[in-house]
Amino acid sequence: MTVRNVLSTKGFGVVTVHPDTSVLDAVRTLAEHNIGAVVVVDEREHVVGIFTERDLVRQCAARGAEALQLPVREAMTPDPVTALPQDDLRIIAHLMVERHFRHIPVVEDDHLIGILSIRDVLQAQRDQYLGELDTLQRRLMERFEWRRRDS
Amino acid sequence: MSTRQIRVAIIGSGPSAFYAAGHLLLQSEPEVWVDMYEHLPTPFGLVRYGVAPDHQKIKNVTRVFSKTAQHPRFRFFGNVTYGKEMTLADLKRFYHAIVFATGASVDRKMGIPGEDLPRSYAATEFVAWYNGHPDYAHLSFDLEQERIAVVGVGNVAVDVSRILLKDPDELAKTDIADYALEALRKSKVREVYLLGRRGPAQAKFTYPEIRELTSLPNIDVIVPPEEAELDPLSRKQLEENPDKDVEAKVELIQQLAQKSPEGKPRRLVLRFLVSPTELLGNEGRGVQTVKLVHNELYATDAGTLRPRPTDRYEDLPATEVYRAIGYRGVPLPDVPFHERWGVILNADGRVLDPKTNQPLYGLYCTGWIKRGAQGVIGTNKPDAVATSEHLIEDARAGRLPLPETTDPTVIEQFVRERQPNVVSWEDWLILDRLEVERGKAQGRPRVKFTSVEEMLEAIRREKMAAG
Repeated sequence: MTVRNVLSTKGFGVVTVHPDTSVLDAVRTLAEHNIGAVVVVDEREHVVGIFTERDLVRQCAARGAEALQLPVREAMTPDPVTALPQDDLRIIAHLMVERHFRHIPVVEDDHLIGILSIRDVLQAQRDQYLGELDTLQRRLMERFEWRRRDS
Repeated sequence: MSTRQIRVAIIGSGPSAFYAAGHLLLQSEPEVWVDMYEHLPTPFGLVRYGVAPDHQKIKNVTRVFSKTAQHPRFRFFGNVTYGKEMTLADLKRFYHAIVFATGASVDRKMGIPGEDLPRSYAATEFVAWYNGHPDYAHLSFDLEQERIAVVGVGNVAVDVSRILLKDPDELAKTDIADYALEALRKSKVREVYLLGRRGPAQAKFTYPEIRELTSLPNIDVIVPPEEAELDPLSRKQLEENPDKDVEAKVELIQQLAQKSPEGKPRRLVLRFLVSPTELLGNEGRGVQTVKLVHNELYATDAGTLRPRPTDRYEDLPATEVYRAIGYRGVPLPDVPFHERWGVILNADGRVLDPKTNQPLYGLYCTGWIKRGAQGVIGTNKPDAVATSEHLIEDARAGRLPLPETTDPTVIEQFVRERQPNVVSWEDWLILDRLEVERGKAQGRPRVKFTSVEEMLEAIRREKMAAG
């Protein structure tokens, strides 16, 4: 399974903010869309960073309420690792777990086309394994029935 | 019909359609009535027309689907085409919700020069042809060529290679279409090249699929030793993400690379790290040569290993090509489509309005037309359950539009006006019985009807005989 298969079921469009947006506005964007991370893109739609709940916590802990007035470019995680639509979901899952990413932007031809959350990845993998399990169990049961019939 | 009951139309009758029907029929709040619409007179989609004829056991899953079809709140309208006999506007008059489960069986193109030359085929069309799909039965494939290239290393590529190479006497025991069997008996094929653009560790086929090829008595399986070797990136990845299937596959491929051919009548050559860049030939003589570039692997940002062309080229003297490099869905009339992904525009099965990205309540999708061609048959079950759950949630929240009428007799009359030759589930059971009977005489699981006229005629005759 690839990133493409997961993005296929997520509609189109991805929530972004500009690097000059204030942290407060970025937080409002997170709340409005009920999401945990927003991708920061420049005028050419190139990914320059990702701003997550974790970044907010870190900034607030360091600077208090002042952090909310910062431009997002100073609070974001710059140059995040990105995924391609062709990337294997297992590899993405491995990467996200190993490097503690909860979100990963997806790009194609240098343009942002989506974002995957660890929840998306978990759900897709769970469904894949459930489906394979169903097929394997059914075939095992059939084999068992044939054996019984044959003997 | 009270709001405690809803009527749902499912478009398509493959695995995702039946898994969705099965889950919807389990519901009690609201209680669901399902009408399934299928373009062909026969149900089961790719299980009947995609799964290879020599893999009958995989087709046993239809027993599960047939059980669903026996449900008193289920009806089947076969030989009715969405967008033609029944439009979206028609369906909206009768149903609270419509679930699209039309699959993704159109092949992706390679996008290289010469791709449209004679004897360059879509593997999916070949598969539909040898499986007796009425829409493809009229096609013909040139089986006069000795050397054939199959592009891709997924299960379709493997199926096509196996059908091309297997002893026709073996295929004669299956439900392969008679015309295909006859053509394959005359086939002159000696050698099939299976072309993978990445290495052995990235091949999509599974261990059992490749093992099956090596166990065919009339075939030597050959792998060039230098292409069987694992590069350091693949080795590292396999260490980080151990996978029994991949390990077994790589080991088998490396064993094959060490073996010398036994002089069997036919050969399968597995090639890795090569991509076709051009099909050479002309309109008159068709494909003459497949130009290949040798690839090397590199890791993407995220760590997936991808192929990248080198400056090494090779001419493969294959004169026939089957491409099996991926599939996409076909856009349906009046249903928003996501061109980039080749799927219906959706959020986990809820069809979205392309202007607002918000759900169009009452429209849903499941299976390959929702997530793209991926996974085994069973993978469609959790997929269909997720879509069905959203539908039920929307019904409970009162978000589904109300149809004009849900009277089952009115609906059936309407469908019959549009398509007098509608095929019911009972009609299909007649066809099924006849096919199995025809098969029994020849020691085959069934002999398929391969044209719609033939199917309709057989049903008519049986019904007349029964009075």
